[in-house]
Amino acid sequence: MSGSDLLITASPHLGAGASTPTIMWNVVASLAPIVAAAMYFFGPSALIVVAGATAGAVVAEHFFGKKGTLADGSAAITGILLGLTLPAGLPIWMAFVGGAFAIAIGKLIFGGLGQNIFNPALLGRAFLQASFPVAMTTFPAPASAGDWWRLSGDNFALPFQTPRALDAVTSATPLGRMKFEQADTSAFDLILGTSSGSLGETSGLLILFCGGYLALRNFLNWRIPASIFATVAVVETLLHTLAPARFPGPLFMLFSGGLMLGAMYMATDLVTSPVTNLGSWIFGAGVAILVLLIRLWGGLAEGVMYSILIMNALVPYLNRWTEPRVFGSRPARPVP
Amino acid sequence: MWRRLNFRHGVHPPELKDLTARIPIRRVPYPEEIVLPLRQHTGKPARAVVRPGARVERGDTVAEADGYVSTPIHASAAGVVSGITLWPHPDGSYAPAIRIVVDRYSPQAARARLVPDWNRLGPAELIEAIRHAGVVGLGGAAFPTHVKLSPPKDVKIDTVLVNGCECEPYLTTDHRTMVEYPERVHLGVRIMMRCLGVSRAVIGVELNKPDAIEALRRALPTDIDVTVEALQVKYPQGAEKMLIESLLHREVPSGKLPMHVGVVVQNVASAATIAEVFDTGLPLIERIVTVTGRGVRRPANLIVPVGMKLRDLIGACGGLTEDAREIVFGGPMMGLAQAHLDTPLIKGTTGVVVLSATEVKAEVSYPCIRCGHCLDACPVFLNPQLLGQLALKERWDEMEANHLADCMLCGCCGYTCPSNIPLPQLFTLAKSALRRKAA
Repeated sequence: MSGSDLLITASPHLGAGASTPTIMWNVVASLAPIVAAAMYFFGPSALIVVAGATAGAVVAEHFFGKKGTLADGSAAITGILLGLTLPAGLPIWMAFVGGAFAIAIGKLIFGGLGQNIFNPALLGRAFLQASFPVAMTTFPAPASAGDWWRLSGDNFALPFQTPRALDAVTSATPLGRMKFEQADTSAFDLILGTSSGSLGETSGLLILFCGGYLALRNFLNWRIPASIFATVAVVETLLHTLAPARFPGPLFMLFSGGLMLGAMYMATDLVTSPVTNLGSWIFGAGVAILVLLIRLWGGLAEGVMYSILIMNALVPYLNRWTEPRVFGSRPARPVP
Repeated sequence: MWRRLNFRHGVHPPELKDLTARIPIRRVPYPEEIVLPLRQHTGKPARAVVRPGARVERGDTVAEADGYVSTPIHASAAGVVSGITLWPHPDGSYAPAIRIVVDRYSPQAARARLVPDWNRLGPAELIEAIRHAGVVGLGGAAFPTHVKLSPPKDVKIDTVLVNGCECEPYLTTDHRTMVEYPERVHLGVRIMMRCLGVSRAVIGVELNKPDAIEALRRALPTDIDVTVEALQVKYPQGAEKMLIESLLHREVPSGKLPMHVGVVVQNVASAATIAEVFDTGLPLIERIVTVTGRGVRRPANLIVPVGMKLRDLIGACGGLTEDAREIVFGGPMMGLAQAHLDTPLIKGTTGVVVLSATEVKAEVSYPCIRCGHCLDACPVFLNPQLLGQLALKERWDEMEANHLADCMLCGCCGYTCPSNIPLPQLFTLAKSALRRKAA
């Protein structure tokens, strides 16, 4: 080469490796086993719902987003995560509308990737919850061995038509049973995932593994789930010791409902969680306390979604309150 | 007793020093032309004292210091001054420079001169000799050494720190200096200690250079209090404030200098150069430079006359490879990319790194995803995420309020940023915008 084609860029001239799209697609890849597990437990309906939500997110990003932003993978994450918060029997058009809402209103309206205040997937879920309360709280029981292929609900219902009532078996979620029937669910079922609930509310162990991979690669801030788990465990242990009949044990609280998925994948959303480490600890503790408040004393059976959304709103304050002390701002000591 | 020889935060870039770490220093042949920019140091540019057509010998003064924070410049080869013109400068501008056509038949011997015996000189005379020799800090910033060695009377200095960290990837300039010239380093340290009237010196070397640590320890003088400390390998261990924190656990207050915590920091190569001044009597006219990277055919550690052009230097190293893409003066973390192969090396050029097409960073940036990696990297605990967002909106005053002045442009934030946002560049821009406003 002659020197006329030299590249001129600003320092630093080396980079740490993982780019934003790399991080995003790694998150997508880490969600694959969770989607597979949802299919294992709920049959083909799981894939239909996740695909519907993802399609909605991707289509919205394509039509309303800036050119080329589909390739960064963030729309796919939002779609899949939203899909995992939905019940298996949800009509596909609802999942699609939820995905489109999550991206268009949850993210793009704020200015696209990095600009949104609230977790877009959870905003999409909140929208669906408000729009279709019945469909969103009809939880099919996990598929039984014999009829895995059977749909869990009327997934192909036409928009704005009442879904046909299939003879699918529905069952209350463990949290619903706790709240409204004062019934306990075995912690073993919860950890493995053979209990009723949203698609991603099932196998806590698997979610821990998949999220752990991301934490190991520093693609999510491990302090947030650690803080959530620690707070829930400590508070629940205390409450359970004080009144075992009124309050379930910490294992039940940790592995029931959307706590695992929320803690590993929703609360850790890079964009909507604090940038400081101290802020992340506080953020996690705040999510945990709100979850416990809603679950134990609120009117809803589950509160992970609202807890995270509320804490999202506090992130700018957490960032400001927890800014680290600048090097050199300590008053000078006399030279010894 | 366990002592933490480290600072908090920072990054771990690949070291990439194997290309040249074991290659002995050699001398390059003199090129046909030498170009000496008048601005090779921090401070006021030197004032040319030769005219076109003048014959100069190696070591002759061609430009005088213009003021106190300024240094003279000397001819690095014998020849004839062909002109004083604007010439590509390593900082990317065109700046006045003295061009010397090298006399190819000259033996390149310096004029006979009296070499002062350092042992008989007092601090003031030593500093004066260092000033006349045009010595600047060789670690990159090129701050005039005589200024650093003359702290104000009301400042009490108790320790000389000698910086042998060389935490920039690829570079082995200081490494080879310590391995091959440990006595010179120690002599330079001794002279600096005398200049400052201090009784303690600490040489800090990163643990990835065990041979340098061993060489320095073997040559350690026993009559003065000099120690060699091994530091954890981390970037930017060699940044002055980080080094002071690591070795002495003193935090330099924001906006202050190392001398305000009783410390003067000098680079090992500067120490070796000071020793050379009192050894040969020659001023700073050549320096050791690592020419390395996957884009250069024969990486090497070279003794290079100051003012040698990049083109000649690359030629002395076998030329560029097919996939050479970017040439950086200094290390890849803080170094400046060069646009012209005619750009000369100056006193502060620590190395030449030729990056190949496969390792240069992509030119695309993504939006900030607020991952917070930059906050974990920043060794001075700033919030680069916030500063970067403010810079994109040109909100300079808010950046100042968020401690932009404490940023030393080390590049850790830009290195970790997954979105490849050019944070150090934005901060450089903001700093100059604020300077313009203040002026």
